[in-house]
Amino acid sequence: MSNPPEISYPRIIRAGDRAVTVEFSNTIDETSNRLVLALDASLSTEPPAGLLETVPTYRSLTVIYDPQVVRGSVMATELMQRAALKGAADMGGRIFEFPIVYGGEHAADLDDLARKKELSVEDIIRLHLGAEYRVYMIGFSPGFAYLGGLPEILHTPRLAVPRQRIEAGAVGIGGKQSSINSLPGPSGWRFIGRTPAKLFDAKRDVPFLLVAGDRIRFRRIEADQAADLDQRAAKGDVIVREIAP
Amino acid sequence: MSRTLKILRHGPLMTIQDGGRYGFRAFGVSTSGAIDRASHAIANALVGNDFEAAAIEFALAGGAIEADEDVMIAVTGGACRIEIDGQPVAPWESHILRKGQNLEIGALRGAVWGYLAISGGITTTPVLGSRSTHLRTGLGGLDGRKLAAGDVLPLGKPGDLELLALGLPYFRRPEPITVVPGPQDDYFDRETWATFTTGPFEVTASRDRMAMVLDGPPLTADKGHDIISDATVVGSIQVPGSGKPIVLSADGQTTGGYPKIATVASVDLARLAQMPSGQHFRFKAISADAAEELFIHDQKRLADALNSLCRPGDRRFWG
Repeated sequence: MSNPPEISYPRIIRAGDRAVTVEFSNTIDETSNRLVLALDASLSTEPPAGLLETVPTYRSLTVIYDPQVVRGSVMATELMQRAALKGAADMGGRIFEFPIVYGGEHAADLDDLARKKELSVEDIIRLHLGAEYRVYMIGFSPGFAYLGGLPEILHTPRLAVPRQRIEAGAVGIGGKQSSINSLPGPSGWRFIGRTPAKLFDAKRDVPFLLVAGDRIRFRRIEADQAADLDQRAAKGDVIVREIAP
Repeated sequence: MSRTLKILRHGPLMTIQDGGRYGFRAFGVSTSGAIDRASHAIANALVGNDFEAAAIEFALAGGAIEADEDVMIAVTGGACRIEIDGQPVAPWESHILRKGQNLEIGALRGAVWGYLAISGGITTTPVLGSRSTHLRTGLGGLDGRKLAAGDVLPLGKPGDLELLALGLPYFRRPEPITVVPGPQDDYFDRETWATFTTGPFEVTASRDRMAMVLDGPPLTADKGHDIISDATVVGSIQVPGSGKPIVLSADGQTTGGYPKIATVASVDLARLAQMPSGQHFRFKAISADAAEELFIHDQKRLADALNSLCRPGDRRFWG
């Protein structure tokens, strides 16, 4: 087989007859993700005719359009022109402080992780608490946040056999990434704690807490404090605090 | 007491669906809505509703319902036995269902997804702008779940009880299922691509509102079966390590980590979804530009059909 030509970025790939994707790289890194979000911001500020929805992910932006209004080839040209501007806008995002309880029934993997890493549980917690996390994308299910920024020592592959039910708010580790679960469901991530904050609540004025580009710091709380916060969250209180950079 | 509809007996999968939930894919929320958009729109048109009003979608077989007020009903999606108090009536036309009468909807023949529209539409509370049910996340519909016997659904105010039928037919093309290559067609070598477009593939029983798993010659991605997760769309054809393609449907997840060899052309989404399990078919690749042309043309044909409503005559387009 011949070697394929080197791919140059950004490039357009087609996702059918109602979506085009601009791909900025083939890696997970903050620079690529910022370009994705800058293009997304540009489309939100000045939407081209026929644009219906955008879906920003780690390193690409998918644009869903109405071909009855704009043809994909025209949209693709527009997107490449905007992508070439390299998005000077700084997508600093907001910084939120999330309460977290480490251990307990929703942290099935904390002890095992400590053993694997030959560290104490407190060391694991200290390492996890010490980092600032960045929301790279929201996807998979409503409000589910894929976080970057996990300290390298905590990187751990996912479980070979996913668990059937993980609760909303569970904070997990999957390879190099971290996550906050938004709804109960099966998952192969390794869970070390839980936040009472609800990333998604359709009944709330603000259904989704986070957008890509936001940053998260965790604040440790104990189980009894979590119970109070759970009650507030159930009433629709967002409970997370936006903090100054 | 307001107008209501009661489910007396339920089919295997009955949910409330409207035109779909738009604007939230960036937040991980699937579009949902009717799997067969055209059949759903036609059912609504036949009872005088907005084309995107909430109706009942049923898989494989309907069930029995009654209303506590006189309403118009229409069943579309495919051919099936329909009876009102034991009297057979035709699909793809509207009928009056009097207060307390029993509407029975049997099994679909040669189709998978059926629609029951009721005049006034179902008026459960919208969630994120839509009444569509997304079962996996429990959003929309009636408490985010399948309908069951005993459920009572609120209905909107109906217009006149004036029977309607389509004056123009809306047929589908009996050809291979058209796809647009990509977005990750470069993960597959030429030989695999030839296999993909030769097939044949079989629709398996592993199917629901999220996805359809196909059987056929295994597809191997020579660049591997993992990508950095990116956006999926309705119609994305994912190829996991098993080599068996998965076609995402209305309730499909918004992002995914499998390479997507191709995307089903919009014009053929419903035709593929309506294929009974066990049916064989082939894929045919066309350009995105050509697929857009087909879609635009198809939307015009559907609009013409929807705008052709007339009093029912003796013409029957639907067998």
